[in-house]
Amino acid sequence: MLIADSLTKEYRSGDRALAVLRHVSFTIPHGELVAIVGPSGSGKTTLLGLLAGLDTPTTGRVILDGDDLSQLSEDARARVRGDKIGFVFQNFQLIPTLTARENVQVPLELRGNNGNAGRNGADGPRRLETTPSARASELLGRVGLGDRTEHFPTQLSGGEQQRVAIARAFANQPALLFADEPTGNLDAASGARVVELLESLNRESGSTVIIVTHDATLAARARRRIRLADGAIVEDTGILA
Amino acid sequence: MTAPLLRLASLAWRESRSARRRLLVSMSSIALGVAALVAIDSFAGNVTRSVHEQSRTILGGDVQVTAHRPLPAPVERWLDSLASRGVPNARLVSFPATATTPRTGGTRLVQVRGVGAGYPWYGRITTAPADQYTRLQTSPVVLVDPALLIATGARVGDTLTLGKGHFQIAGTLEDVPGTTEFSAALGPRVYVGQRYLASTQLLGFGATADYSAVLRLPRNTDPTRFVAPVKQTFNAQQIQTRTVTQTEQSTTNATNTLASFIGVVGLVALLLGGIGVASGIRAFVARKIDTVAILRCLGATAAQVLVIYVAQAAVMGLIGAAIGALLGVAVQFALPALVHGLIPVDVTPSIEPAAVLSGLAVGGWLALIFALRPLLALRTISPLQTLRRESDATVLRREVRDWRQLLVTIALIVSVVAVAMARADTPIQGLWIAAATAAVVGFLALSAELLTRIARRVLREGWPYVVRQGVANVYRPANQTRAVILSLGFGAFLLATLYLVQTNLLKTFALDATVTGANVLFFDVQDDQVTAVDSLVRAHGFRVVQRDATVPMRISAINGVPVAELARDTLGRQRREGWALRREYRSTFRDSLLGGERLRSGKFFDPHRTIAPADTGEVSIDVGLADNLRIALGDVITWDVQGVPIPTRVTSLREVTWMRFEPNFFAVFQPSVLRDAPKQYIVLADVPGPKNVAAIQRDVVHRFPNISAIDLALILSTVQRIVDRVTTAIRFMALFSVAIGIPVLFSAVAATRRDRIREGVLLKTLGATRAQIIRILVTEYALLGTLGSATGVLLALGGASALLHRVFKQPNFSIAVTPLVTMTVGMIALTVGIGVLAGRDVFRETAMAALRDGG
Repeated sequence: MLIADSLTKEYRSGDRALAVLRHVSFTIPHGELVAIVGPSGSGKTTLLGLLAGLDTPTTGRVILDGDDLSQLSEDARARVRGDKIGFVFQNFQLIPTLTARENVQVPLELRGNNGNAGRNGADGPRRLETTPSARASELLGRVGLGDRTEHFPTQLSGGEQQRVAIARAFANQPALLFADEPTGNLDAASGARVVELLESLNRESGSTVIIVTHDATLAARARRRIRLADGAIVEDTGILA
Repeated sequence: MTAPLLRLASLAWRESRSARRRLLVSMSSIALGVAALVAIDSFAGNVTRSVHEQSRTILGGDVQVTAHRPLPAPVERWLDSLASRGVPNARLVSFPATATTPRTGGTRLVQVRGVGAGYPWYGRITTAPADQYTRLQTSPVVLVDPALLIATGARVGDTLTLGKGHFQIAGTLEDVPGTTEFSAALGPRVYVGQRYLASTQLLGFGATADYSAVLRLPRNTDPTRFVAPVKQTFNAQQIQTRTVTQTEQSTTNATNTLASFIGVVGLVALLLGGIGVASGIRAFVARKIDTVAILRCLGATAAQVLVIYVAQAAVMGLIGAAIGALLGVAVQFALPALVHGLIPVDVTPSIEPAAVLSGLAVGGWLALIFALRPLLALRTISPLQTLRRESDATVLRREVRDWRQLLVTIALIVSVVAVAMARADTPIQGLWIAAATAAVVGFLALSAELLTRIARRVLREGWPYVVRQGVANVYRPANQTRAVILSLGFGAFLLATLYLVQTNLLKTFALDATVTGANVLFFDVQDDQVTAVDSLVRAHGFRVVQRDATVPMRISAINGVPVAELARDTLGRQRREGWALRREYRSTFRDSLLGGERLRSGKFFDPHRTIAPADTGEVSIDVGLADNLRIALGDVITWDVQGVPIPTRVTSLREVTWMRFEPNFFAVFQPSVLRDAPKQYIVLADVPGPKNVAAIQRDVVHRFPNISAIDLALILSTVQRIVDRVTTAIRFMALFSVAIGIPVLFSAVAATRRDRIREGVLLKTLGATRAQIIRILVTEYALLGTLGSATGVLLALGGASALLHRVFKQPNFSIAVTPLVTMTVGMIALTVGIGVLAGRDVFRETAMAALRDGG
């Protein structure tokens, strides 16, 4: 379960404090598919950064499965990310020097767990007796890139790169997956493919998926939508539901 | 290595894929420094081994006993008793003389070696025609250096006269073990049987000759222990004992001193390389911001990130050091040919594992420690950069000053100081080198800071756009001012220092050789010959420039304490140098100072003052000697002048310019003290033209065979040969420092290249022409180049002046303005060239590519 508890984020501009988020609170149960929507500058990306433990709030707390991320050190948050969180970015963020397979392997290797991806989520740790390389190839197969495993990012199309990013995000079978404008850089067909993948992986693995987007079509496919404007929540369909 | 570490190592290896070449180039800045160290250390190792193997050959035996007079009776008795116990000795008498070839009339100052039977016990003197050496013991023949035949126009078979003796030239010397190319430079060697020396009549009173007995010890006898029982007694009688071990040590020491001098340049090269590594890694870190942010998003801890990139840098650093070591080994194999004839052994090059390993270790470590500081910045890259990318400069500016930074900085300083102390001749010298390097770096950093501030203040709206942009590049974020000025300035400093020291030293030789106007020096002129020599020179129409009486003497006591007692006191601050106590002095007397002398303290003799027989006479001492003897004004030195004790009070200290072509003296006596002592003369004459020099030499030697003459032209040509060798070495080192400077400068420019390209492409997108962008780059790099090279050259003026004063003891320092200006302009051109070259991608890249790259 992910809890945002009265999150506020301020940046200093000279001697003035600029509030980007103001007292944002919500709870997302395990396995949900949530869309965070809002216009540019509404604080979506800042909120994603806080929820994923990439940044710390000025005030408030982010609690993931009982751990208050804002109280953890940067390295402890990194370990949490490695164990429980996956990312898909608008600009894919693949490591250009690694092949598709090697990119997917990275989270497994950072954990040093021999490819036995596990998740400390609701259904407890799981062990897969495979090597990181085999696990990466399997995941790439699932996203339809079984024949492109040895290609470098520059040799792949945008849609393919995003699918590699999705395979990487699911390598550790994360409890929580954040997708920042996952279709923003893709054509309609590729975007649709990516969304389908995210949905099916959400269904099959039971991971919570949080998508940040201003694409109304994409947002409509989420079971819950949190709408931000000027750093505050103006709509949360989860509460209404 | 544990499994997680292995996984990280493998990730590090894969991740380094595209950056390997660039990383290797950065880390290779260290390679030339390593090459210098490996080459020098390996060569010194080779020399040490060769000297060890050939040391008996250098000495000609196991022990040599030498005196400046015929060996006294007790020594002869000792040698006889040894001979009866199976320890044979061979005799050797060495002295300068003037040789004449009657057939051609050619004369030449030579070094006579009167050899007894058995000499040398080890090694073989080869001759042309072959096997003539043994004839020396059976007939009045001589073997000569080929240079003598050339100088006098003589041929093998001709007669050669030495003093009153006539000898037939039996052949030329081909290989004399233990000698260098310069051994025969001042006077070609003439080998003659010792038993035939008497016929020359050159070994009378006051003759400058060394008498030696060379011993061959039974196998497995330790020469040091063998001479130990007699050493002290011999020393007291001014008889020198020299063992094969000492010869080995002194020859090795001489090579090591040279090696450590050149090694200092290698060390500085290594430090400059370190700066290059740091600049290169800074550029590398900038390129890795995105990847690190992704890794951090994917759960990598700061330590894991650091391990990945430190591993990459370490491997590349080691490869860079290995390339340097290989280069060093290659240079080492070329060195014996370069120094052939300069050292008294034949050097066989072979790989010295210790030198290679130490080069690898020092280079690898310094590369890593210099890389570590910028690499630490990777720890602080936030995963947020994946969502919201800031500029490289902004991301890297967040570099926190934490204990790790402090620790790495301390480790860096300790490493540099430790390496400098280990490499230098003495630890203090090492500290000086480290401190001087730090001072230069500090100064350059300061001037870079000043430039950024001044550029910010002077920039005016009215200036043309490209100039404004170029000047603004110097101070705005992501500027490269410090990195470029540091590397360029350091290179300019090294180059200009080497150049200034070289030109000033060479100038000293040239100046001193001509300042007195004299070009021929006659020595061993007897008291009753001096007037005749004087007249002879004048009769030819030439000028006698100077005439000095010389009286041989030794110190017998200082302030009433006998020399033997003073020499025993080897402890404490008042320790007097043994050589200064024991040596034989050839002193003179006069009542005025010469051109090359300057009174430092006290008062020079009053010519009108008469002294009563009971008074203590006065003496003026050279300041250097006074320091070595711990003597001050007012002290009383008692001299032993051919058995007569003569006490003198030190009434003045003089500074003597020893490099002048004129007789210089440690001690100058008040005339009345020495006037009646048995003496010889040195006569200095001004004889224009080589023909006249030859004629006057011939006439003087013909009339007075005991007199020897030195021709200044000969000295100058010898000096020139040495100077040429030194110049070549210095030029090599200067080229070397430029060679190091270029990759370092490239690294410095590369550090901000990405930002430059991005900005350039943006400007291009906004309508800037190619010419405008080039002009902006030229303005920026010209500014950086001017300040960097000018600061480096200015620092070099201080550095070179300090080196010349303190190390080379040169009072004068002149600035070679034109070459320095040329050097500065050249450096500026180099900087602009490198800057524009690094920015060429601006023209290659499309606007879209750059903007996409910018995220």
